[in-house]
Amino acid sequence: MTTVRLDQLEVREGVAIGSSSPWQTALRALARDRSALVGAIVIAIIAMVAIVTPLVFPDDYCIAQPDIIGLKNIPPSFTHPLGTDKFSRDVLARLICGARVSLSIAFLSVLVAATVGTVYGAIAGYLGGIADSLLMRLVDALLAIPRVLLLIAVATLWNRLEITGLILLLGLTGWFGVSRLVRTLVASARHDEFVAAARALGASDLRILGQHILPRVVSPVLVAATLGIGNVIVIEAGLTYLGMGVQPPRASWGSIFYDGVEYFPSVWWVCVFAGAALVVTVLAVNLVADGLREALDARQLPPR
Amino acid sequence: MTQPPLLTVSDLRSYFYTGAGVARAVDGVSFTIAAGETLGIVGESGCGKSVTALSILRLIQPPGRIEPGSRIVFEGQDLLRLDDAGIRRVRGNRIAMIFQEPMTALNPVFTVGDQIAEVARVHASASRRAAWDRAVEMLTLVGIPAPAQRAREYPHQLSGGMRQRVLIAMALVMNPALVIADEPTTALDVTIQAQILELLGDLQQRLGTSIAMITHDLGVIAEVASRVVVMYGGEVVEEARVEALFEAPHHPYTEGLLHAMPRVGRRQERLTVIPGTVPPPTAWPSGCRFRDRCPYAWERCTREHPPLYQIGPGHTSRCHLAEEPERRVRRSDAVTAAESAGQPPRAQSVA
Repeated sequence: MTTVRLDQLEVREGVAIGSSSPWQTALRALARDRSALVGAIVIAIIAMVAIVTPLVFPDDYCIAQPDIIGLKNIPPSFTHPLGTDKFSRDVLARLICGARVSLSIAFLSVLVAATVGTVYGAIAGYLGGIADSLLMRLVDALLAIPRVLLLIAVATLWNRLEITGLILLLGLTGWFGVSRLVRTLVASARHDEFVAAARALGASDLRILGQHILPRVVSPVLVAATLGIGNVIVIEAGLTYLGMGVQPPRASWGSIFYDGVEYFPSVWWVCVFAGAALVVTVLAVNLVADGLREALDARQLPPR
Repeated sequence: MTQPPLLTVSDLRSYFYTGAGVARAVDGVSFTIAAGETLGIVGESGCGKSVTALSILRLIQPPGRIEPGSRIVFEGQDLLRLDDAGIRRVRGNRIAMIFQEPMTALNPVFTVGDQIAEVARVHASASRRAAWDRAVEMLTLVGIPAPAQRAREYPHQLSGGMRQRVLIAMALVMNPALVIADEPTTALDVTIQAQILELLGDLQQRLGTSIAMITHDLGVIAEVASRVVVMYGGEVVEEARVEALFEAPHHPYTEGLLHAMPRVGRRQERLTVIPGTVPPPTAWPSGCRFRDRCPYAWERCTREHPPLYQIGPGHTSRCHLAEEPERRVRRSDAVTAAESAGQPPRAQSVA
């Protein structure tokens, strides 16, 4: 019978293709991407050091001043591999503590931004119509305000901003782009036929949004968020440099850099190493973001 | 026939309020479907057949709206009066829908097993395990070989025919009383088409499901349907048993559709076509909506909107020819008659 023969043909095709989930396919593509891999390893090392070191050494290690006069502004040596700053503090120790602060601020504020942006954009995109127009015009208005100026304005209102406050501030000024991205994706996914099919099979709005629409949004948001992390690290350093971010004696890469400016360039090592930490981290984050974008795009195509 | 029909659609009107005016996509449609029956709904693009299908499940999205006064009674309850939770309990459970495009009606990021299982989880609150078993069982039912393995695959790994089988499996999970199939074979090639139709017919016999088969393809209708509703311009223009419709179509539009069908053993250089296109639903013509394309149209057709005339038992037609059958003379036939009477055609002057 024709039916049987045709079906057998199809099975053979299927076996050759094999089965793997979209995420597995994406991960494999990411692992093949050299520069993304290097970026990921660099971030992993920095994060590891930032997390583990403070557990090994006492918490005040990075603000310890064993000899405030004698150890001031010592160039890199065996005892102080990256030298000491004007307060006689070990720069390497400061950088490690700073990594903890800078990275957690970046990560958490991007988490806030991505969450708020996704929820906001999903609501606008799914509702459509007038609600959508109103919500998105509000975002347009907020986007029209330069972010750094807004941050400086808000930061000056509180003269000593706690880290939680800084995270919220950076997060709540960073979601506009994400919400636009998500809105567009949701608005187009809403008209996909499989969404109509799910509705015809009795799925509720919440289920359609959660099961069928949001999974399509995850990967673009992931890419945008990763790029956002690099961006926020730089903004936080800038704010701190201007004296409005992380407050002394707490270290962040921005404040370490700021501490070094006074004696620059004769005491070059403070600024150079703090700057290098920033540049290397942001570069690594962007490499990973680029790799993610390509890996997740490739996922849309059938595997070859 | 003492049993009330499974589905009664009466005076269904679905209008779309667009910038270009009110599009009366479905404009006063009535029909019934009996338990276990297959009803064919035929018409060309833009005649309102898909909107009718979507209206039954209340899937019309704004700016579309089902007008007050429409009634869709299914298993004794008016679907248009149910609240959101109520209609969701009907969708996929008592009435299921099979979509046209097996490529796009499946979510690309989930395995087909998950998607079939989801229906059981929504309606029967089945456990993950039970829902999955049901999905595999359904894949077996629709004739997919190695179902347990296939269930773990993604839509892009299946062929078009397989995907359509998956959609059918999804529709049948809850053993619905009615399946609405919106052009289920249009996107498939001919051999697969025949398999899918055979499968649907077979499943219907086994499960006793009613089917509303929506298509523009009269060949499909001839194969599966027992009764046919022909739609044009948002209205039902003819309704008959399938044999009666093919043997003696009454409405000129039905006649045109039948003539436009290629047939084995009929020598023709070109297919006959119905001239023109469906007018836009924002501006149906006055009187008969088919008159601009009708070979028989006369002055009454402009003036008077035809009602559904009773032609025979269970056979109705929305055409004034029912009252004036002597007017069924083609204009082209008249020309041919004149030509053979000795008046030469003026072909040269046109060229």
